[in-house]
Amino acid sequence: MVTEYANPEKFSRLARPFIPALGAMSVLLFTAGLYYALFNSPADYQQGETVRIMYVHVPAAWMALFCYAAMAGASAAGFIWKHPLADVAAKATAPIGAVFTALALVTGSLWGKPMWGTWWAWDARLTSVLILFFLYLGYIAIWETVEERARAARLAAIVAIVGAVNLPVVKFSVDWWNSLHQPASVFRAGGPTIHESMRPPLFFMAFAYMTTYGALLLVSMRAELAARRLARLETLATEKISGVRPE
Amino acid sequence: MTRKQKRLALLAGVFAVAAGGVALVLTALGQSVAYFYTPADLSRLAAPPSGLIRLGGLVEAGSVEYAEGGAAVRFVVIDEFARTPVFYRGPLPDLFREGQGVVTQGRLVDGRLEASEVLAKHDETYMPKEVADALKEQGRWKEEGGAYKP
Repeated sequence: MVTEYANPEKFSRLARPFIPALGAMSVLLFTAGLYYALFNSPADYQQGETVRIMYVHVPAAWMALFCYAAMAGASAAGFIWKHPLADVAAKATAPIGAVFTALALVTGSLWGKPMWGTWWAWDARLTSVLILFFLYLGYIAIWETVEERARAARLAAIVAIVGAVNLPVVKFSVDWWNSLHQPASVFRAGGPTIHESMRPPLFFMAFAYMTTYGALLLVSMRAELAARRLARLETLATEKISGVRPE
Repeated sequence: MTRKQKRLALLAGVFAVAAGGVALVLTALGQSVAYFYTPADLSRLAAPPSGLIRLGGLVEAGSVEYAEGGAAVRFVVIDEFARTPVFYRGPLPDLFREGQGVVTQGRLVDGRLEASEVLAKHDETYMPKEVADALKEQGRWKEEGGAYKP
């Protein structure tokens, strides 16, 4: 089943209708999510209105981890099984994940100043998420600097896998060490500690981010595949005109 | 081994080495990765740490005393086992109050923390004010409970 969609042309054709569908879902979910987050949800008993930053921050942080896991998984699949689309998917995921990570860092900082009393603290959670951001940048830098595509994919895959060690550190940092950042409220043993009236905006925003990721991923993958096809055609054209194989 | 299996083994090996390395480093770093000491941590230490340290815990109920016309504050940070008094001069975060988690930074002088920074620690409980009030009315409210558990 996997190999059936391995053909880039076939994939591009099949992926195309999903882009407007996911895009439309993303717009609807963002509208609902932001409406609930900003207008139709209660203020917190301690944080007051500042709690609304959480609806942007928490799902962004989930996506930061999810995108990295997807990127590392796809990179590994590309490295081991040489699936032609795996590296394309991994490469396309990196900048999207980096943006979600930056969003989580910035909104966290905006929340931290009024609530904790500081923009930043070098506690285990904040530091490990900053490292996650740098891992994304390193991964992107490899693709940008290594010219030969197969070599870039191999190096990037190894970096992605080594960096994956950071994922459990990010997730469990708040449980393993004393940290300024609070522990998990939703995905935790013993059930969520967030009141049900505050869950709809959180989940609408999470699905909004998810569909946005889906739409951007497909756009980016199709663009990459088109660019590769163009490069191939140009090489072929040069060969035809000059009659020699370029190095 | 096929080439596929070799690549799988290589990648698994790289991951295992990286994971092992990180685990060793984090274990070796131990307490220094923690953002703060709790009062119990401090009481367990043979010698009180010199230099800047962070102390985290709950502000003991009834311990907050303002001094110097409100410019300075004295309070006690507690956990389940120990208590450490704190003196601080400067602005307090909005969430600072009795029963609330705090992280303070400063120097230990004769068992008292001369703090240069006080941060409020938020817990993982989120609820509307009405729900908090209702819980209090029904007597199901844990005053220091929802908050920070040392």
